[in-house]
Amino acid sequence: MDILTLFVVIPVLTMTGIILVKDTRQVRVVAAVGMGIQLIMAAVLIYLYLSARQAGNLAEMLFVRDIEWFKSLNIHYAVGVDGISVAMIALTSLVVVAGIYASWEVEFLTKEFFVSLILLATGVFGFFISIDLFTMFLFYELAVIPMYLLIGIWGSGPKEYSAMKLTLMLMGGSALLLVGILGIYFNSAPGGGQVTFNILEISKISMPMSAQRIFFPLTFVGFGVLGALFPFHTWSPDGHASAPTAVSMLHAGVLMKLGGYGAFRVAIFLMPQAAQELSWIFIILTSISVVYGAFGAIVQKDLKYINAYSSVSHCGLVLFAVLMMNQTAMNGAIIQMISHGLMTALFFALIGMIYGRTHTRLINEMGGLMKVIPFLSVCYVIAGLASLGLPGLSGFVAEMTIFVGAFQHPDTFHRVVTILAVSSIVITAVYILRVVAILLLGPTTNEHHDHLTDAKWFEKVSVVTLIVSVAAIGLAPFWLSSMIGTSLQPIVNKILALNPF
Amino acid sequence: MSLANFSIMRHELLLIAAALLVLIAEIFWNPQKRGYISLFSVILFALITFAGFIPSPSGSLFGGMYVVDGTRLLMKNVLNIGVLLVFVQSMTWLKKEENEEKISEYFLLLISTIIGMNYMISSGHFLMFYIGIELATIPIAALAAFDRYKNKSAEAGIKLILSSALSSGILLYGLSMIYGTTGTLYFNEIAKLFVNNNLQILAFIFFFAGMGFKISIVPFHLWTADVYEGSPVNITSYLSVISKGAAVFIFMILLFTVFPVIIATWQKTIYVTSILTMTIANLFAIRQQNLKRFLAFSSISQAGYILLGLIGGNQLGMASVIYYILVYIFSNLGAFGVVIAISNKTGKENMDDYNGLYHTNPGLSLIMTLALFSLAGIPPVAGFFGKFFLFTAAAQKGFYLLVLIAVLNTIISLFYYLLVVKAMFINKSETPIEKFRNDFPTRLALGICVAGIVITGFASIIFEVIKNLSFGV
Repeated sequence: MDILTLFVVIPVLTMTGIILVKDTRQVRVVAAVGMGIQLIMAAVLIYLYLSARQAGNLAEMLFVRDIEWFKSLNIHYAVGVDGISVAMIALTSLVVVAGIYASWEVEFLTKEFFVSLILLATGVFGFFISIDLFTMFLFYELAVIPMYLLIGIWGSGPKEYSAMKLTLMLMGGSALLLVGILGIYFNSAPGGGQVTFNILEISKISMPMSAQRIFFPLTFVGFGVLGALFPFHTWSPDGHASAPTAVSMLHAGVLMKLGGYGAFRVAIFLMPQAAQELSWIFIILTSISVVYGAFGAIVQKDLKYINAYSSVSHCGLVLFAVLMMNQTAMNGAIIQMISHGLMTALFFALIGMIYGRTHTRLINEMGGLMKVIPFLSVCYVIAGLASLGLPGLSGFVAEMTIFVGAFQHPDTFHRVVTILAVSSIVITAVYILRVVAILLLGPTTNEHHDHLTDAKWFEKVSVVTLIVSVAAIGLAPFWLSSMIGTSLQPIVNKILALNPF
Repeated sequence: MSLANFSIMRHELLLIAAALLVLIAEIFWNPQKRGYISLFSVILFALITFAGFIPSPSGSLFGGMYVVDGTRLLMKNVLNIGVLLVFVQSMTWLKKEENEEKISEYFLLLISTIIGMNYMISSGHFLMFYIGIELATIPIAALAAFDRYKNKSAEAGIKLILSSALSSGILLYGLSMIYGTTGTLYFNEIAKLFVNNNLQILAFIFFFAGMGFKISIVPFHLWTADVYEGSPVNITSYLSVISKGAAVFIFMILLFTVFPVIIATWQKTIYVTSILTMTIANLFAIRQQNLKRFLAFSSISQAGYILLGLIGGNQLGMASVIYYILVYIFSNLGAFGVVIAISNKTGKENMDDYNGLYHTNPGLSLIMTLALFSLAGIPPVAGFFGKFFLFTAAAQKGFYLLVLIAVLNTIISLFYYLLVVKAMFINKSETPIEKFRNDFPTRLALGICVAGIVITGFASIIFEVIKNLSFGV
């Protein structure tokens, strides 16, 4: 069995293990061990990938494995990774491990909780390793559907409404996507011959322009729904606010990245001409996402809503950067995905832990928590600083790269939207610092909160893992960005060769 | 009749033999042993199902009235699998006191409908087709009224027989026009003589309306919900899966072989009716509380998706329809299996009764969830593959807009399927259905359904076999 398939097999084995063991303690241990192995595997994959590249392997995708599945439709189980997917896999395994530790104390239907959580992770891993549109779509839907039960059963607040809204909107996105994929499939052999779902093969041909004009918007919006593209972002605040901690972490941290990754890997990579022609529409929409999300976060009082809107803003920035279609901006987009994934997971983990102690998420009902729970509070400040783009943490690297890339376009339109998008940094600073001031600093305002206990060991594991990764990317971004950059090169070259601008 | 002819007709001949054997068993076994008749019938039918898979030559009998080829054999075998599941599922129900003296009638009537369906699928002549379709419908009316002391059941029987008589009349009127314009009722001769004149188009429309009734596509669906609700659950599941599947199969064969000349016409007809069928059925399904009515509307909407496989008139379309019916058999019978099991134990059939089911009966809830996800087309279960191939078949001929409407409809359907999932997993109940254990036949049937739902998708060999036996216009 090849190393990539293991990324799907290990979660499946972990789920089987969870189903087989008896009491809740063992369930947690099995989940933690299984996903721990997955994390080690991700580290091994990075090592293998880098050494293969160093040895001079210049293939677009490495560790490719291609098994024929449905012969008559030319559907294959095809997997392979480049630097971008490797980075996304590493992100996913980190967030999953952190999520497992953050949900150590789930008591209600523990077994089912962890099985659904890992099923979701299976879908995400499968999506990132796929290079066949059919398997990619299969894993994509597989990742979406456990969300319904995860939010509906273990969520809080109007959980049934939010779960239904989220599931239906995301499936609506995948409906557009399905039509887009079928369109790509039947146009993948314009000169006659065997049509294919394989991304690498399709990228070598040029689809007819008339088809691209129809299927690019479908595919891009289809993925964009998951990437919180305005005006399809409305599932995100409700869904995140109602979801249990680990699910918010995984969903904002990883699942929303499926949107950005897919928009880039499928929509733009396979249909670059239409992408260039139509990018202005989506650039406007993503600019709205970026600014509107940030403003939305300012007026919210619920910690989770604040972070959900902030995610809309940050994920909007990913799509914004992808649409700029040059090396620097796209590089920034990938780093932003990873940075935001870690950062937002950290946020949601901390919010969950604070909520578990204070039993409220409304910021005006809390205050001065720094004195009571210093560990969690300091971590919250760090997460906030990463979010507003403080140098030395990952957010700075990502946003800087994106804006530099976006500003490389000499025309007025791109300049204007870039400046608009940059303004979101300031707004971000406003809402982050406002929350920090009300929530953490000053005297304690609520006497019930005077005797809270600080983080337990498993919570510390969860939080520290994420903080270390955020700081590592912030302090030493170059190995990551060079790994991504080498893989981006052929993609960007393809786009530039068509129509340099 | 030579041995080769016997082998060609073996489905029907074996079924007739089985029907007679069940009757004889009824006479010779004393009343205490009546319970064995179910087991006997199931074993007989299992043997017939198995015999159906033995390879045999294709050919035609009675001067072309009766035709068998690989595709038709495959269709019969697919239906047989479903019927076998229905048989196993009804064993527990037939043990009830009020049904004990009617066991042999039940199997006799069911077997005659299957004989009718087989003749219908194998017909090469419109009269043969008509005899088959009537033989497949009339006994079902008797079965729908099986709980004769219940008003609703009697109502279902009457409704079915009256509306089916009306639709048969319309169908026959269409056939008479076809005969009037071509002078023949043989399929292969009609195909040559069909020239796309107005009377023939009118004839086709009548024919389409008649078939639309059998498949229950909108606007010919109005009988469905009442009949499904009134009939005993086993008959409902039989109606929604087997009857519908058989009608789809012969409809597809006729469209592809008899009416290829007017493909542009029937593509338009199917385009409109499939959108209507999916949308209206899905919107009605949302409001249903009774699970039988709920599944009735869900099965109407499934017919709308199936039409997407027909519309292209391509080989991929036929393959995906046969494959989807196979998947649909497992999924729908899985869902009905749970409804039957709970209805047998508690008599409850409403969605509210399922509140909190997961906490008392986790196994049944998981099977129901799996079956509903398969009906909704969620991976990794077989329904996903089935739907994907149907949509691929329509997209191959450029019907992208129709595919988009269909996929958006699957979102609506996902909404109401999730309502059941929500009832079972999330809702709380003061009086949940108590924990109970199913007997062996029920568990066997559910087990086969689950295996089918899981394996049919991943095992690409099944689709490849079906694809190789299919044909296009």
